[in-house]
Amino acid sequence: MAGVVVVGASLGGLRAADALARSGYSGGITLVGDEPHQPYNRPPLSKEALLEAQDFDAIRLRSSAKPGTVSLVTGVRAASVDLGRGLLFLSDGRELAFEGLVAATGLRPRALGIPKPSAGVVVLRTYEDLVRLRSELATVKDVAIIGAGFIGCELAASLTQLGYRVSVIAPENVPMLRPLGEELGAALMRHHLRAGVAFGLERLPVAIEGCERPERVVCNDGSSFEAQLVIEAVGSAANTEWLEGNGLDLSDGILCDERLSFGGDGRFLAVGDVARFPNLAFDAVPRRVEHWGIAVDTGRYAGKALGRLLSSGEVSPAFTPMPAFWSDQFELRIQSFGIPGLVTDASEIRVLEGDLDGEVVVGYHRDGTLVGVVLVGFAQSHMKYRAAVAESLEAAAGASS
Amino acid sequence: MKVIVDLNKCNDHGQCVYSAPEVFSLNGRGELSFRDEARDIYVSDQLDESLRDALEEAADICPMQAIEIEG
Ligand SMILES: Cc1cc2nc3c(=O)[nH]c(=O)nc-3n(C[C@H](O)[C@H](O)[C@H](O)COP(=O)(O)OP(=O)(O)OC[C@H]3O[C@@H](n4cnc5c(N)ncnc54)[C@H](O)[C@@H]3O)c2cc1C
Ligand code: SF4
Repeated sequence: MAGVVVVGASLGGLRAADALARSGYSGGITLVGDEPHQPYNRPPLSKEALLEAQDFDAIRLRSSAKPGTVSLVTGVRAASVDLGRGLLFLSDGRELAFEGLVAATGLRPRALGIPKPSAGVVVLRTYEDLVRLRSELATVKDVAIIGAGFIGCELAASLTQLGYRVSVIAPENVPMLRPLGEELGAALMRHHLRAGVAFGLERLPVAIEGCERPERVVCNDGSSFEAQLVIEAVGSAANTEWLEGNGLDLSDGILCDERLSFGGDGRFLAVGDVARFPNLAFDAVPRRVEHWGIAVDTGRYAGKALGRLLSSGEVSPAFTPMPAFWSDQFELRIQSFGIPGLVTDASEIRVLEGDLDGEVVVGYHRDGTLVGVVLVGFAQSHMKYRAAVAESLEAAAGASS
Repeated sequence: MKVIVDLNKCNDHGQCVYSAPEVFSLNGRGELSFRDEARDIYVSDQLDESLRDALEEAADICPMQAIEIEG
């Protein structure tokens, strides 16, 4: 019998399978993942799991589906799919027939195409990556992190706290520039500097030198950074190869409509980091959102929507979540609501409360609408500012309709 | 049905508050208010069945996986 197959057994896929099972769907749910593990939580990999040497059990994700309602297949990759015939082809030669499909295959880290030794250069996305990183750390003192996004900065903080000498190398002039803007990025950079992190910004690495292991990272301006371990945190590519040959737009993740469905068919949905969808609360531009909370929200929405569609033919309302993201760096909790990255004009980014070198709330405005806030600290004000973004968006939607 | 929160795992993200405001709230210091009542593990009284959906959502959305539903 053709049930629902969820491809990708991580956060988004698990939450979709759970929600579908809880909706009472009885056609059979299979969750297929290529990692050798049960689903687990990635954010701790750069934070608690690294700092506190947690083992796998500490990061395992729990399922809320009744035991037996979702069959989990691990260590098997979806090789290809025929959407027209409703058939999924697995790497172990099996075929799975489906009447509904959820794509939750996430991202994989990119690696730089520069000369580098064969050992001592790592990325961080999976539990195996963490295990490898830990064993590499046992023998080194200086770590270079290439990339100054959230993962690079979290790693810089955690490794500094663990006593390593850390340099962050990136082309931007401040860390986390794109999501946070220049002023807040600069303030957070000052915090990292005070804690002992070195930055090599506005330059590109051209080679990782060393015989068997790294000795230094050399940049295009002639500068170099001593490091026996290099972590590449330079962004990611979407895992969509298995969907090729179905006439889909896979140029940056899976292009979806405002109901997360792709290929013009409500029975095929994408969730989590791999889904590129418009959030009509903001505008009609499809975007991929690499937030933990969005993987949960898209998963839950997709599971419910698919359950409803397959059991009663009912179409769900558009998916318009409030994006939320957090990051922990040193003792700082950075929390964002909305899409601050939409705003690039510095004059539209303003401090709403506090000050940049302590606890602060920054607001991001587009055409007079508050489209994002970022709080550093101010834990007691999260609700208030999340509500402020929601209200501002609603007012803008009301004004334009 | 009871809800159990492992306060050693909980990192005061407050995500649960959006999902189940009837049960979860933050105190004036921005911490989960159960911290005022328990140290390590908070166990609620019996909760009404009508809250199950909201509580399951809270358990799903907790970044630290600190929330468990019993019964
Ligand atoms: C180190 C790190 C720290 C992070 N910290 C934060 C944070 O502090 N806050 C925050 O909001 N977000 C954070 N994130 C982002 C968050 O973890 C992601 O948004 C979330 O994991 C996305 O879940 P997903 O299920 O969409 O994708 P993924 O977690 O990438 O899962 C996709 C799964 O599909 C599998 N897969 C891929 N291709 C196939 C195939 N063909 N067949 C079968 N299986 C396949 C993959 O192996 C993987 O298991 C962090 C991410 C990382 C890596
Ligand atoms: S969501 Fe989880 S971590 Fe956050 S306050 Fe609630 S229980 Fe604590």
